[in-house]
Amino acid sequence: MDSTSTRKRPLSPFLTVYRWQYTMALSILHRVTGCALSVGLLLFAYWLVAAATGREAYDTARAFFAHPLVRVLLIGFSFAFFYHLLNGVRHMTWDTGHGLERKSARLSGWIVFLGAIATTALFWVLVLRHVGGAA
Amino acid sequence: MSLRSPIGRVLGLGAAKEGLSHWWSQRVTSVALLLLGLWFVSALLRMPTFDYEFVVAWIAVPLNAVLLLLLAGTLIYHSLLGVQVVVEDYVHHHGLKIATMMLLTFAHVAVAAFAIFAVLRIAFGGAG
Repeated sequence: MDSTSTRKRPLSPFLTVYRWQYTMALSILHRVTGCALSVGLLLFAYWLVAAATGREAYDTARAFFAHPLVRVLLIGFSFAFFYHLLNGVRHMTWDTGHGLERKSARLSGWIVFLGAIATTALFWVLVLRHVGGAA
Repeated sequence: MSLRSPIGRVLGLGAAKEGLSHWWSQRVTSVALLLLGLWFVSALLRMPTFDYEFVVAWIAVPLNAVLLLLLAGTLIYHSLLGVQVVVEDYVHHHGLKIATMMLLTFAHVAVAAFAIFAVLRIAFGGAG
């Protein structure tokens, strides 16, 4: 019986057949940051709900957000936000058919990665200068 | 000549024709989030303090409340579209895939309800 479902079909190349390149890391980082931001939505909602609940709940939330470990987490989320945003622009540029050549795709990858680090640093410098340690 | 496999033909399988709308919704929400996200970041940076009084008064400003509602709704929809792709790529067991997606949908809708209710409560003066 000649059923195509049992015939060995060619598979499209996947991760395991490629030599590792940093553009692959940038690509998976888009997913990782996206998933992280989905979790981060919980903190965004918590902030809003705390404010809507009342002063006591809001002060509890503020103490929570001020905890050093949570601060580190927030810095991580802000990096994820800026990376996902900048790389999202990179993806949508590709959707228009531009910037897909190896050279420009690598260059834009570097711009996005370093840009996300720079924006994250700038954001926290501005927040802390503005609101001080009491943020 | 058809490129479909015999088993696929018998089962009537084929493209569900829903891929494009998923892909397009992802792009539309991306562009919206680019604008709303930059607005929110710049708003955070312009806040002189994160005190209770200030934050509640800020959320209660109609423009801020509406933009926050749009931001929360768009974020959560975009997030759901995104995690759906991740689940479809990495969860191979059919039943588990459906259960995971259902659970993630419930979680997203619940977070959306909390966030939207919170903004509305503050905006309509029910808080504080």
